[in-house]
Amino acid sequence: MIGIEHYLVVGAILFVLGVLGIFINRKNVIVILMSVELILLAVNINLVAFSAFKGDLVGQIFAMFVLTVAAAEAAIGLAILVIYYRGRGTIAVDDVNRMKG
Amino acid sequence: MIETLAFYLFAGLVIAGGAMVIMSRNPVHSVLWLILAFFNAAGLMVLVGAEFIAMLLVIVYVGAVAVLFLFVVMMLDIDFAAMRAGFVKNFPLGIAIAVILLAELGLGIGAYGAGGLELGAADGTAAARSDVSNIEAIGALLYKPYIILFEIAGIILLVAMIGAIVLTHREPKPGARGRQDIGKQISRRPEDATVMKSPEYGEGVEL
Repeated sequence: MIGIEHYLVVGAILFVLGVLGIFINRKNVIVILMSVELILLAVNINLVAFSAFKGDLVGQIFAMFVLTVAAAEAAIGLAILVIYYRGRGTIAVDDVNRMKG
Repeated sequence: MIETLAFYLFAGLVIAGGAMVIMSRNPVHSVLWLILAFFNAAGLMVLVGAEFIAMLLVIVYVGAVAVLFLFVVMMLDIDFAAMRAGFVKNFPLGIAIAVILLAELGLGIGAYGAGGLELGAADGTAAARSDVSNIEAIGALLYKPYIILFEIAGIILLVAMIGAIVLTHREPKPGARGRQDIGKQISRRPEDATVMKSPEYGEGVEL
Protein backbone atom coordinates (compact mmCIF):
# COMPACT_ATOMS: atom_id res chain seq x y z
CA MET A 1 0.00 0.00 0.00
CA ILE A 2 1.36 3.36 -1.01
CA GLY A 3 1.28 5.90 1.79
CA ILE A 4 2.18 9.55 2.09
CA GLU A 5 5.74 8.63 3.14
CA HIS A 6 6.40 7.14 -0.29
CA TYR A 7 5.49 10.43 -1.91
CA LEU A 8 7.54 12.42 0.58
CA VAL A 9 10.59 10.24 -0.16
CA VAL A 10 10.20 10.84 -3.91
CA GLY A 11 9.87 14.57 -3.26
CA ALA A 12 12.93 14.58 -1.00
CA ILE A 13 15.08 12.71 -3.52
CA LEU A 14 14.00 15.04 -6.32
CA PHE A 15 14.71 18.11 -4.16
CA VAL A 16 18.21 16.82 -3.31
CA LEU A 17 18.86 16.08 -7.00
CA GLY A 18 17.97 19.68 -7.78
CA VAL A 19 20.35 21.04 -5.13
CA LEU A 20 23.09 18.67 -6.33
CA GLY A 21 22.53 19.88 -9.89
CA ILE A 22 23.10 23.48 -8.81
CA PHE A 23 26.37 22.49 -7.13
CA ILE A 24 27.90 20.31 -9.84
CA ASN A 25 26.90 22.46 -12.82
CA ARG A 26 28.15 25.72 -11.39
CA LYS A 27 29.13 27.15 -14.78
CA ASN A 28 26.07 26.29 -16.83
CA VAL A 29 23.20 28.65 -16.01
CA ILE A 30 20.73 26.74 -18.18
CA VAL A 31 21.20 23.55 -16.16
CA ILE A 32 21.01 25.59 -12.93
CA LEU A 33 17.62 26.96 -14.05
CA MET A 34 16.50 23.41 -14.84
CA SER A 35 17.64 22.32 -11.37
CA VAL A 36 15.48 25.07 -9.86
CA GLU A 37 12.55 23.69 -11.85
CA LEU A 38 13.29 20.24 -10.39
CA ILE A 39 13.26 21.70 -6.86
CA LEU A 40 9.92 23.38 -7.50
CA LEU A 41 8.56 20.12 -8.92
CA ALA A 42 9.60 18.35 -5.71
CA VAL A 43 7.77 21.02 -3.70
CA ASN A 44 4.68 20.50 -5.84
CA ILE A 45 4.78 16.73 -5.31
CA ASN A 46 4.92 17.27 -1.55
CA LEU A 47 2.04 19.77 -1.60
CA VAL A 48 -0.16 17.51 -3.72
CA ALA A 49 0.69 14.44 -1.61
CA PHE A 50 -0.26 16.18 1.64
CA SER A 51 -3.36 17.63 0.00
CA ALA A 52 -4.50 14.21 -1.21
CA PHE A 53 -3.71 12.22 1.92
CA LYS A 54 -5.06 14.85 4.34
CA GLY A 55 -8.19 15.39 2.27
CA ASP A 56 -7.78 19.15 1.96
CA LEU A 57 -7.72 20.76 -1.48
CA VAL A 58 -5.86 23.94 -0.47
CA GLY A 59 -2.56 22.15 -1.12
CA GLN A 60 -3.49 21.70 -4.75
CA ILE A 61 -4.48 25.37 -5.03
CA PHE A 62 -1.11 26.34 -3.60
CA ALA A 63 0.67 23.95 -5.99
CA MET A 64 -1.00 25.85 -8.81
CA PHE A 65 0.42 29.15 -7.57
CA VAL A 66 3.87 27.56 -7.25
CA LEU A 67 3.50 26.47 -10.87
CA THR A 68 2.62 30.04 -11.89
CA VAL A 69 5.64 31.50 -10.16
CA ALA A 70 7.88 28.78 -11.64
CA ALA A 71 6.72 29.62 -15.15
CA ALA A 72 7.28 33.35 -14.57
CA GLU A 73 10.71 32.68 -13.08
CA ALA A 74 11.75 30.53 -16.05
CA ALA A 75 10.65 33.19 -18.53
CA ILE A 76 12.49 36.03 -16.76
CA GLY A 77 15.58 33.87 -16.13
CA LEU A 78 15.88 32.84 -19.74
CA ALA A 79 15.31 36.43 -20.91
CA ILE A 80 18.16 37.61 -18.69
CA LEU A 81 20.27 34.75 -20.05
CA VAL A 82 19.57 35.77 -23.65
CA ILE A 83 20.54 39.44 -23.11
CA TYR A 84 23.63 38.35 -21.15
CA TYR A 85 24.68 36.11 -24.02
CA ARG A 86 24.01 38.91 -26.53
CA GLY A 87 26.32 41.24 -24.67
CA ARG A 88 29.16 38.86 -23.86
CA GLY A 89 28.91 35.90 -26.23
CA THR A 90 29.09 33.45 -23.35
CA ILE A 91 26.91 32.36 -20.46
CA ALA A 92 29.68 31.50 -18.00
CA VAL A 93 28.34 32.60 -14.63
CA ASP A 94 31.81 32.99 -13.14
CA ASP A 95 32.01 36.60 -14.31
CA VAL A 96 28.40 37.64 -13.89
CA ASN A 97 29.50 40.13 -11.25
CA ARG A 98 31.02 42.18 -14.06
CA MET A 99 27.55 42.90 -15.44
CA LYS A 100 27.37 46.31 -13.66
CA GLY A 101 23.77 47.24 -14.22
CA MET B 1 -1.44 -4.09 -6.78
CA ILE B 2 -1.57 -2.21 -10.06
CA GLU B 3 -1.38 1.16 -8.31
CA THR B 4 1.68 0.03 -6.35
CA LEU B 5 3.31 -1.02 -9.60
CA ALA B 6 2.34 2.28 -11.25
CA PHE B 7 3.67 4.27 -8.30
CA TYR B 8 7.07 2.58 -8.43
CA LEU B 9 7.23 2.97 -12.21
CA PHE B 10 6.42 6.71 -12.05
CA ALA B 11 8.62 7.32 -9.00
CA GLY B 12 11.57 5.46 -10.52
CA LEU B 13 11.28 7.31 -13.82
CA VAL B 14 10.87 10.74 -12.21
CA ILE B 15 14.01 10.18 -10.14
CA ALA B 16 15.93 8.76 -13.09
CA GLY B 17 14.82 11.73 -15.20
CA GLY B 18 15.90 14.18 -12.50
CA ALA B 19 19.29 12.48 -12.18
CA MET B 20 19.86 12.57 -15.93
CA VAL B 21 18.90 16.26 -16.08
CA ILE B 22 21.88 17.16 -13.92
CA MET B 23 24.28 14.50 -15.24
CA SER B 24 23.88 14.62 -19.00
CA ARG B 25 26.57 16.34 -21.06
CA ASN B 26 24.34 18.01 -23.58
CA PRO B 27 21.77 20.57 -22.29
CA VAL B 28 19.37 19.55 -25.07
CA HIS B 29 19.34 16.05 -23.58
CA SER B 30 18.88 17.65 -20.15
CA VAL B 31 15.70 19.36 -21.36
CA LEU B 32 14.38 16.11 -22.80
CA TRP B 33 15.04 14.29 -19.51
CA LEU B 34 13.30 17.15 -17.72
CA ILE B 35 10.23 16.53 -19.89
CA LEU B 36 10.32 12.83 -18.92
CA ALA B 37 10.53 13.80 -15.23
CA PHE B 38 7.54 16.18 -15.58
CA PHE B 39 5.42 13.56 -17.34
CA ASN B 40 6.08 10.99 -14.63
CA ALA B 41 5.45 13.54 -11.85
CA ALA B 42 2.09 14.17 -13.52
CA GLY B 43 1.51 10.40 -13.38
CA LEU B 44 2.29 10.41 -9.66
CA MET B 45 -0.27 13.17 -9.12
CA VAL B 46 -2.95 11.34 -11.13
CA LEU B 47 -2.41 8.34 -8.82
CA VAL B 48 -3.55 10.35 -5.77
CA GLY B 49 -6.48 11.87 -7.61
CA ALA B 50 -5.11 15.34 -8.35
CA GLU B 51 -5.94 15.26 -12.05
CA PHE B 52 -6.14 19.01 -12.50
CA ILE B 53 -2.62 19.70 -11.21
CA ALA B 54 -1.34 16.76 -13.25
CA MET B 55 -2.81 18.12 -16.48
CA LEU B 56 -1.58 21.61 -15.59
CA LEU B 57 1.89 20.16 -15.12
CA VAL B 58 1.82 18.57 -18.57
CA ILE B 59 0.42 21.69 -20.26
CA VAL B 60 2.43 24.37 -18.47
CA TYR B 61 5.72 22.59 -17.80
CA VAL B 62 6.02 20.31 -20.81
CA GLY B 63 4.14 22.52 -23.23
CA ALA B 64 5.55 25.89 -22.27
CA VAL B 65 8.50 25.90 -19.87
CA ALA B 66 10.40 22.93 -21.34
CA VAL B 67 9.89 24.19 -24.89
CA LEU B 68 11.11 27.64 -23.79
CA PHE B 69 14.24 25.99 -22.38
CA LEU B 70 14.69 24.04 -25.62
CA PHE B 71 14.41 27.23 -27.70
CA VAL B 72 16.98 29.06 -25.58
CA VAL B 73 19.42 26.11 -25.51
CA MET B 74 19.24 25.82 -29.29
CA MET B 75 19.40 29.59 -29.90
CA LEU B 76 22.60 30.18 -27.96
CA ASP B 77 25.78 28.95 -29.61
CA ILE B 78 27.80 27.79 -26.63
CA ASP B 79 30.72 25.45 -26.16
CA PHE B 80 29.13 23.18 -23.59
CA ALA B 81 32.24 21.04 -23.15
CA ALA B 82 34.05 24.00 -21.59
CA MET B 83 31.06 24.57 -19.31
CA ARG B 84 31.65 21.22 -17.62
CA ALA B 85 35.20 22.07 -16.59
CA GLY B 86 34.33 22.37 -12.89
CA PHE B 87 32.22 19.22 -12.86
CA VAL B 88 34.75 16.90 -11.20
CA LYS B 89 36.06 19.61 -8.89
CA ASN B 90 32.61 20.49 -7.54
CA PHE B 91 31.41 16.89 -7.33
CA PRO B 92 32.63 15.99 -3.78
CA LEU B 93 31.23 19.17 -2.23
CA GLY B 94 27.94 18.70 -4.07
CA ILE B 95 27.63 15.07 -3.00
CA ALA B 96 28.47 15.97 0.62
CA ILE B 97 25.79 18.66 0.75
CA ALA B 98 23.29 16.40 -1.03
CA VAL B 99 23.89 13.58 1.48
CA ILE B 100 23.47 15.94 4.44
CA LEU B 101 20.28 17.36 2.96
CA LEU B 102 18.88 13.91 2.17
CA ALA B 103 19.65 12.71 5.70
CA GLU B 104 17.85 15.73 7.13
CA LEU B 105 14.82 15.23 4.92
CA GLY B 106 14.81 11.51 5.76
CA LEU B 107 14.86 12.43 9.45
CA GLY B 108 11.91 14.76 8.92
CA ILE B 109 9.90 12.15 7.03
CA GLY B 110 10.73 9.54 9.67
CA ALA B 111 9.58 11.89 12.42
CA TYR B 112 6.38 12.58 10.56
CA GLY B 113 5.79 8.86 9.91
CA ALA B 114 6.35 8.07 13.59
CA GLY B 115 3.39 10.28 14.39
CA GLY B 116 5.33 12.62 16.63
CA LEU B 117 4.08 15.67 14.77
CA GLU B 118 0.57 17.02 15.12
CA LEU B 119 -0.16 19.02 11.99
CA GLY B 120 -3.64 19.98 13.11
CA ALA B 121 -6.83 18.94 11.37
CA ALA B 122 -8.19 20.77 8.36
CA ASP B 123 -11.10 23.03 9.23
CA GLY B 124 -13.21 21.33 6.56
CA THR B 125 -13.80 24.41 4.39
CA ALA B 126 -11.63 22.92 1.65
CA ALA B 127 -12.32 19.24 2.24
CA ALA B 128 -12.12 17.03 -0.84
CA ARG B 129 -15.68 16.02 -1.72
CA SER B 130 -16.49 12.69 -3.25
CA ASP B 131 -19.58 13.82 -5.13
CA VAL B 132 -17.83 16.28 -7.46
CA SER B 133 -14.78 15.83 -9.66
CA ASN B 134 -11.37 17.17 -8.67
CA ILE B 135 -11.44 20.00 -11.19
CA GLU B 136 -14.94 21.08 -10.09
CA ALA B 137 -13.88 21.19 -6.43
CA ILE B 138 -10.73 23.16 -7.30
CA GLY B 139 -12.74 25.58 -9.40
CA ALA B 140 -15.20 26.17 -6.55
CA LEU B 141 -12.27 26.97 -4.24
CA LEU B 142 -10.25 28.99 -6.73
CA TYR B 143 -13.04 31.31 -7.85
CA LYS B 144 -14.60 31.90 -4.41
CA PRO B 145 -12.23 32.12 -1.42
CA TYR B 146 -9.01 32.39 -3.44
CA ILE B 147 -10.14 34.74 -6.19
CA ILE B 148 -7.81 37.55 -5.07
CA LEU B 149 -4.79 35.21 -5.09
CA PHE B 150 -5.85 33.92 -8.49
CA GLU B 151 -5.90 37.44 -9.89
CA ILE B 152 -2.55 38.26 -8.29
CA ALA B 153 -1.15 35.17 -10.02
CA GLY B 154 -2.42 36.61 -13.28
CA ILE B 155 -0.66 39.91 -12.52
CA ILE B 156 2.58 38.00 -11.79
CA LEU B 157 2.36 36.35 -15.19
CA LEU B 158 1.64 39.72 -16.84
CA VAL B 159 4.67 41.30 -15.13
CA ALA B 160 6.84 38.36 -16.18
CA MET B 161 5.62 38.63 -19.77
CA ILE B 162 6.23 42.41 -19.95
CA GLY B 163 9.60 41.95 -18.26
CA ALA B 164 10.73 39.28 -20.71
CA ILE B 165 9.63 41.41 -23.67
CA VAL B 166 11.28 44.58 -22.33
CA LEU B 167 14.51 42.70 -21.61
CA THR B 168 14.86 40.97 -24.97
CA HIS B 169 13.23 43.49 -27.31
CA ARG B 170 15.61 45.27 -29.64
CA GLU B 171 14.45 48.58 -31.08
CA PRO B 172 15.23 48.66 -34.82
CA LYS B 173 17.40 51.55 -36.04
CA PRO B 174 15.51 54.72 -37.04
CA GLY B 175 14.70 54.65 -40.72
CA ALA B 176 15.18 50.91 -40.98
CA ARG B 177 12.84 49.00 -43.26
CA GLY B 178 9.75 47.68 -41.54
CA ARG B 179 10.05 50.08 -38.65
CA GLN B 180 6.68 51.05 -37.22
CA ASP B 181 6.10 54.61 -36.02
CA ILE B 182 2.92 54.31 -34.04
CA GLY B 183 2.55 58.05 -33.36
CA LYS B 184 2.78 58.80 -37.06
CA GLN B 185 0.22 56.11 -37.85
CA ILE B 186 -2.28 57.39 -35.29
CA SER B 187 -1.94 61.08 -36.23
CA ARG B 188 -2.70 60.33 -39.91
CA ARG B 189 -6.13 61.71 -40.88
CA PRO B 190 -8.31 60.53 -43.78
CA GLU B 191 -8.40 63.98 -45.40
CA ASP B 192 -4.60 64.12 -45.59
CA ALA B 193 -4.38 60.72 -47.22
CA THR B 194 -7.30 60.51 -49.67
CA VAL B 195 -8.87 62.85 -52.22
CA MET B 196 -12.34 62.72 -53.71
CA LYS B 197 -12.57 63.22 -57.50
CA SER B 198 -15.41 62.81 -59.91
CA PRO B 199 -13.62 62.62 -63.28
CA GLU B 200 -15.23 63.27 -66.66
CA TYR B 201 -15.75 60.21 -68.82
CA GLY B 202 -12.81 59.54 -71.09
CA GLU B 203 -10.45 61.88 -69.29
CA GLY B 204 -7.79 60.95 -66.86
CA VAL B 205 -7.43 61.99 -63.30
CA GLU B 206 -4.75 64.45 -62.32
CA LEU B 207 -3.18 63.63 -59.01
